Amino acid sequence: MPVPETREFFLDASRCIGCQSCVQACAECDTHKGQSMIQLDYVDRSRSTQTLPVICMHCDSPTCAEVCPADAIKRTEDGVVQTARKPRCIACNNCVLACPFGVPKMNTRMNLMMKCDMCYDRTSVGLKPMRASVCPSQALAFGTREEIAALRPGARPVNTFQFGAQTIRTKVNVLVPKAAANEIIDVTAAMYEPPLGRDLLDDMSEPGRSPA
Amino acid sequence: MTREVTRALGWASAVTAGLALLILLGSRKLEHFDAALVAYTFSIVFATFGLTYRYTMWLSRPPTALYWRRGWQAFLLGGHRLRNARSWFARVTLDVLLNRFILRRDRLRGLTHLLIMWGCTLAVAITFPLVFGWLHFGPVPGNLSMYQAVVFGFVAFRFPHDSWVAFLLFHGLVWASFLVIAGVMLAMRRRMREEGAGAVQRFAEDFMPLLLLFAVSVTGLMLTASYTWMRGYGFTFISLLHACTVIGTFVWLPFGKFFHVFQRPAQLGVSFYKDMGRLGDKAHCRRCGHAFSSRMHVLDLIAVERQLGFKYEIPGSPAEHYQWVCPPCRRASFAVAQGLLWRDQRGGAPLSQTHEPQAMPAQANPGLGSGPLGPEDAENFHP
Repeated sequence: MPVPETREFFLDASRCIGCQSCVQACAECDTHKGQSMIQLDYVDRSRSTQTLPVICMHCDSPTCAEVCPADAIKRTEDGVVQTARKPRCIACNNCVLACPFGVPKMNTRMNLMMKCDMCYDRTSVGLKPMRASVCPSQALAFGTREEIAALRPGARPVNTFQFGAQTIRTKVNVLVPKAAANEIIDVTAAMYEPPLGRDLLDDMSEPGRSPA
Repeated sequence: MTREVTRALGWASAVTAGLALLILLGSRKLEHFDAALVAYTFSIVFATFGLTYRYTMWLSRPPTALYWRRGWQAFLLGGHRLRNARSWFARVTLDVLLNRFILRRDRLRGLTHLLIMWGCTLAVAITFPLVFGWLHFGPVPGNLSMYQAVVFGFVAFRFPHDSWVAFLLFHGLVWASFLVIAGVMLAMRRRMREEGAGAVQRFAEDFMPLLLLFAVSVTGLMLTASYTWMRGYGFTFISLLHACTVIGTFVWLPFGKFFHVFQRPAQLGVSFYKDMGRLGDKAHCRRCGHAFSSRMHVLDLIAVERQLGFKYEIPGSPAEHYQWVCPPCRRASFAVAQGLLWRDQRGGAPLSQTHEPQAMPAQANPGLGSGPLGPEDAENFHP
């Protein structure tokens, strides 16, 4: 059964509080039992608490699938880019290195690439993906556009990204401010930009907040 | 007709013609060819054409072509050939013959695959030489209590017709079908019980091969049962039914899941490619400066992406090409790009640039099952 067209995934990484609920919930998924497919990173561990959850964005023209020499990555008719077909994946690592969002993982012992397939066991029967059902800050949300508009009136979805000269459209949406003029999020333009936040070192240097 | 199609048709025709020639030679100009098996022979010849065509088309895809070339280069790398030969033997034994990597995925799945794989291998090893006329059995002239196996027209060995060797040999396909049926049962059980498998499986891709193998095995056993215990009851009908299932399976070979049998050995080439990568320079991320994959792999991927029409070049950036950015820095750049758009609403100030290059992102939970899934991830994600 296909994932209902009306229900979409919305990612708002800057709302992430780093609680790791998604990491744990993802490991419950039946299609990759015990292995979490969420990539949750600290942007700058020494100076900031900012975390960023990254999930498969399910590209319209998936680079991972195109560079796969074994034809192991397939996109379903409902636009979900599935994890590698187990009989075919030859564990070459092309997809891990080529994904513009840095999503796939390589299980070296099993000779198998693994990645998020949008909890296909759940979404294909109308349920929310595990990670969206547990995220307390709505950094990861799943629902209709109307539901998201009601929950987040100041935000709107964008699903087009720029990587150098390459434009990528995805099934997963990223939330940007409603007032922002951007129809495309230029990822490579921000590559050398420092993240926003409050520097932990500044906190430490404030009077009365010395670690000593 | 594109160049790739023309080349694939050429290879398919050449390999099929080669097989036909071998059939003629091996059966001594069809002297030993069993005419009753001609339908099987033609279905295998058709499958050979289809498999070669698909394999050649598959090899013409830019990433596959590159790995094919690089795999052989790595295997034949000067100064490493002896070590590579040893590695090849170990990898073929452990991964191909013993299915080590499948057993690591799941022991029951590994057992399932071993049963099906060895059942099919045994069946192919028996039937192909028989239907090509390369092998036939017959009584030893002048001694009717002895049988002989004739391979390519030469007597290979002799055995008493009522010996256990004869029993094992003449029932070879029965043993093969026992293995296949047990494997198919286990596979079906998993596909019907596991929710994960149930979510992503497709009839044509996942059930059809199992049904075909089951049909071939069961109808084959029915033939044995018919002539052993039922005085040949329904033998003609069952043999036609069996022929249909076998021919259907061979015709399906190039199109469905069975094609992985021919794709899978590419894994060996990949392992030698990775060995070669470890001998050379590392790539260094042009955002955080840390080493990740092999430089050779990054350069090869840049070439493949260009062939595929991707334009990940970054004009005016010190990175030059997005492939020079490690996966964690890709994720960080993605989040930073989105976060910057919210600056006016959510506040925050850019963290001061204290060092060049950018800080290396770190995985929040590098623990078992949550972070890297192996040494290659550990290298690429450098947690």
